[in-house]
Amino acid sequence: MSGQDLALAVSVFLACAVEAVEALTIVLAVGVTRGWRSPLYGVGAATAVLAAIVAALGPALTALPINALRVVVGGLLLIFGLQWLRKAVLRASGLKAMHDEDKAFAAETDAARSAERASTGFDGYSFTIAFKGVLLEGLEVAFIVLTFGASQHNVGLAAAAAAVAVAVVVLAGVVVRRPLSRVPENTLKFIVGVMLTAFGTFWGAEGAGASWPGGDAALLVLVPGTALVALGMVRWLRRTPARTTALGEAA
Amino acid sequence: MNWIVKAARAVWDFVVGDDPWTAIGVVAALGATALIAGTGAAAWWVMPVAAVVLLALSLRRAAR
Repeated sequence: MSGQDLALAVSVFLACAVEAVEALTIVLAVGVTRGWRSPLYGVGAATAVLAAIVAALGPALTALPINALRVVVGGLLLIFGLQWLRKAVLRASGLKAMHDEDKAFAAETDAARSAERASTGFDGYSFTIAFKGVLLEGLEVAFIVLTFGASQHNVGLAAAAAAVAVAVVVLAGVVVRRPLSRVPENTLKFIVGVMLTAFGTFWGAEGAGASWPGGDAALLVLVPGTALVALGMVRWLRRTPARTTALGEAA
Repeated sequence: MNWIVKAARAVWDFVVGDDPWTAIGVVAALGATALIAGTGAAAWWVMPVAAVVLLALSLRRAAR
């Protein structure tokens, strides 16, 4: 496995683990409160939709010329990565509320308790909440798997890393039957934001016709460099008197 | 037609998020890289500089 393949696998694994923790919290909340059958149908349906998206778009993307693919994928990854990094830096500097799985679990449980129950065996509320939660979090996973995988012509490795991440999180969820609040989710999001931004910068520039000094080894400078810049911005924001006390919670 | 607008809006929100200036900046930086690379000059530095500047500007807007 080359260095780029390893970086691809680690980036996809971390990003997918973060999204899987969020999806697990939603499914656990409806499952614990209203029973497991309907939410598990929802999880199955969402997984099938996501698998169809990856299966349909994966081969199509890898068939594109590599430079066209890298400029598009690099640009998308950089836009996406800067979003993640922005939220992560705002959280780390105290300007945005930290994502709290216990709080999210409590809110979801309350909503599930107060929702009406169907008289038939099938619970449409549980199905819909689980389906939407898994589909929305899973779309981010599919986006990362396809962009990272296609850029290195290795969608299989990216999909395998995603599958392992989801399996690890689901297994942990089955064992503890609680939201995985001990996972350092905000730190993982910071790391994923750094990886997406660094890879987006690298592939975007390469796709647009630039040649990196040192070739692929430039990533060994880009990844820690992006992390240092982001950490520097956390310090800068902590020192800057904010006019906003806390921005709203979002994904 | 309504669902096409909804789907387009969902894709926009998903990829671009709540800060379209960052997306515009990334597209402009890619264009600048292609232009400079086309002249034969070194263009690798444009994207890292753009990423740092765009992140700083985005954070400044968010912190206001």
